[in-house]
This record gives sequence, C-alpha cells and structure tokens, in this order.
Amino acid sequence: MFWDWNYVWEIMPTLLRASVVTIEATLLGFALAAVLGLVMAILRMSKSQWISVPTAAVIEFIRSTPLLIQIFFIFFVFPEFGLVLPAMTAGVIALGLHYGAYCSEVYRAGLENVPRGQWEASTALNLSPYITFRDIIIPQAIPPVIPALGNYLVALFKETPLLSAIAVLELMQTAKILGSESFRYVEPITLVGGFFLIMSLVASMFIRQVESSLNRSLRNPGGDK
Amino acid sequence: MQLRPLAICAIVFFTAGLAVASFANFREFIPGLLQGAWITVQITIGGCIVAVVAALLAAIARMYGPAPLRWLAVSYIELFRGTSALVQLFWLFFVLPHFGIVLEPMSVAIAALGLNVGAYGAEVVRGAITAVPRGQWEASVALNMPRKLALRRIILPQAFAAMIPPWGNLFIELLKATALVSLITISDLAFKAQQMNQTTFRTVEIFSIVLVMYLAISILITVGMRALETVAARGMARGR
Repeated sequence: MFWDWNYVWEIMPTLLRASVVTIEATLLGFALAAVLGLVMAILRMSKSQWISVPTAAVIEFIRSTPLLIQIFFIFFVFPEFGLVLPAMTAGVIALGLHYGAYCSEVYRAGLENVPRGQWEASTALNLSPYITFRDIIIPQAIPPVIPALGNYLVALFKETPLLSAIAVLELMQTAKILGSESFRYVEPITLVGGFFLIMSLVASMFIRQVESSLNRSLRNPGGDK
Repeated sequence: MQLRPLAICAIVFFTAGLAVASFANFREFIPGLLQGAWITVQITIGGCIVAVVAALLAAIARMYGPAPLRWLAVSYIELFRGTSALVQLFWLFFVLPHFGIVLEPMSVAIAALGLNVGAYGAEVVRGAITAVPRGQWEASVALNMPRKLALRRIILPQAFAAMIPPWGNLFIELLKATALVSLITISDLAFKAQQMNQTTFRTVEIFSIVLVMYLAISILITVGMRALETVAARGMARGR
C-alpha cells in the first residue's frame, strides 16, 4: 500500500496548524524584505559613492551566497555577539534580508523609470527631497513593479522550508517529524509538496490578475476606475 | 556594468575573510572546508548539466512536441517551479525508496537540483527560441530545410547566445541551492561548516569563511558566463 488515506486524515490537522507558521514566516519575512529592499535601493542610488558602492557590494554579497548559510549565520553567529534570537525571528530576519536584496533591484528599476522631469519639477516647486521622494517619486515608482515584487513573494514562500534547518516548526519540519514517528514519509512529504504547489499556483494566478489590472490602469491613468 | 561593485565586493569580503581567518587558527578548518567545497562544486557542475539537458528537452517538447509530450513538459515545469527545492529534495530522498527506487544521496542531490533549475531554465530556453526573429524560420523554409534541421542548425544556435546571461543567474541559483543537500546527509560545504561548528565552536570564523567560499564560487560562475557571452556574441556578429 503506497498511499494510506486514513493516515492522511490523521496528520492533516497537524500539517494545517504548521502551515499557519509557514504563512506567518512568509508574510513577516516579506514585510521585512519590502522595507529593507526600499532602503537598500535608495542607499544604492545615493549620489555619494561612499554609500552606493558598499551598499551595492552588500547586495551582491547577499544575492550570491546561499540563504541556508545566511540563516545559520544569523542563528549561530549572532549569539556570539550577545544577540540570542529565537529560531523563528532569526529565520524571518534571514528571509527578509535575502529577499530584501532581491527586492532592492526591483525597486531600483522602478525608481529609475520615473522620468527625470519629475525631480526637476519638484525642485522648481521648492519641495524638499524628502517630500519629493515620499509624495512624488515613490507613488509613481512602486505600482509598476508590484508584479515583480509578487514573484519574489512566491519565491520567498517556497524558501520557507529552509527554516526547518534551524528547527522552526513549520510545514517541512512537521512533516519530517511525522515521518520519523511513523516511518511513513510518502504522505507527509507529498502533502507538503501539494500544499506548496497549490499555494504558488494560486498566488501566481493572483499576480497575473494584478498585473493585467495594473497595466490597464497605468495605460489609462485616471480612466475607468 | 555590475563588474565594478562585484570586483570591489570580492576584494572587500576576501580581505575581510582573510582578516577573520588570520586571527582564527584557520589551518584547522580550511582542509575540511575545502573538501566540502569540492563536493559543492561537483554537485553544482552535475546539476548544471542535468538542468541544461532537462530545460532543452522540456522547452522543445513544450513548443514542438505532440500533445502528450507537450502536456508532460508543462506539468514537469509547473510541478518543479511550483514547489520548494527542499521539498523536492526530501521527496526524492525519502519517498522514492518506498517505491523501490533507492538512489545514492549524491545522485538524488544532482537530480533534484538539476530538475528544479531545469524547470526554470525551460522557460528561459522557450523565451530565447521565441525571441529568434520569424524571418529565420521563413528563410529556412525558403531554403527547403526540414523543420528539425532548421531548429538544430539555424534557430537553436541563435537562441543559445540570447540565453547565456539568464543561465548565468540560474547557475548561481543552483550553487546556492546546493547548500540544501547538507540536509540529506551529503558532506558538502554547508554540512562541513555545521559539523565543524559543533566540534570547535568557532562559529564566527567558520561561517564567515564559508560565506566567502560560496561568494568565490559564484564570482567564478559569473566570470565564466561573461567569457562565454563574449564568445557567443562574436559568433553572432560574424553570422550576420
């Protein structure tokens, strides 16, 4: 017997409870990534090379080293400096940093696509750089890149199983524990795979919809809304 | 364009790594970590080969295959893009033996990572093939070339040049994903790092050196792909 439905129903509640942790980690991690990404993008576009080059270096560094090692680094190395983090917090910070570096590139594309004239007009109107950024540039820069950010949300969601390596009781870790208790890995791991597949298919459908509605409203600003 | 920050980044982190390593008694961990790095490199190379083959087959089956093959390719791409690499790895490692297929951890790692990246690569290949101008197909028809020959001799060589930069990114993704294989008992770089961390407790030094090692490998990939890009671009210029 390869597939035991009774066992599936038995473990379903545990897995569903664990999936809440997965979704929590995804949302918290992405919120952090969205904020950190914007900060990194702005620092990277700074006029001073002393700010922009190190920021670029840090972004490249984060992007070209494995997330798993970064998770370990935050979880095992920070305590050496007296900062002991619970596993979940360490995981969320690592996810947020890693995807923040990716998101910063997306934000940068959005920010660079705002026409120069917008900056010049703001200068002409005597707006301070802060107000210009907050009220003129950001509102024009962010909406076009929302689909790209959404793709990273899905990617981040699919990376949350890595948190199982530092014993966060998310979906994968729970499935592994269930498997080791009953010596049946087929059902728990297949269910986890199915869960991820369904969630990411739904999410990418949702992103496609947002994308097309954004395209409509961007091509026709102030039109049918 | 990105070469300057990349170079600066390499220098800064390399010196930082050296500084950390020099105040640590780094000779005790370097040999072990290098052993792990070698396994990581092997898995990366194997995974890249599997990924390229899987991507080409899936993309061509999806675009030109008969309906059942097309469906198979689409479901492969969606299945592997829609689930986590770690879940795929665990599935192949823990679930396949239940069906009587027992693979070595190394083969599981190469197959899982290669197939995962191959699914993303299939879309890259498809994009590159679609980007070849229609006129190239029409010219092949005018020259009385069979479709298969036109695909092999005319379309794919041009598509290859266009797909090199995105493949560079995918190879780096694959390198980063190899860290996952430490969780299925392969003693790669990440595994060695954890093992040494548990025996020596020199956490800061070990993980810093490991990060720098991964960075070095990914810079090697970037540089290699840049070189390949120039070679491919030169061929294109001559052909036009």
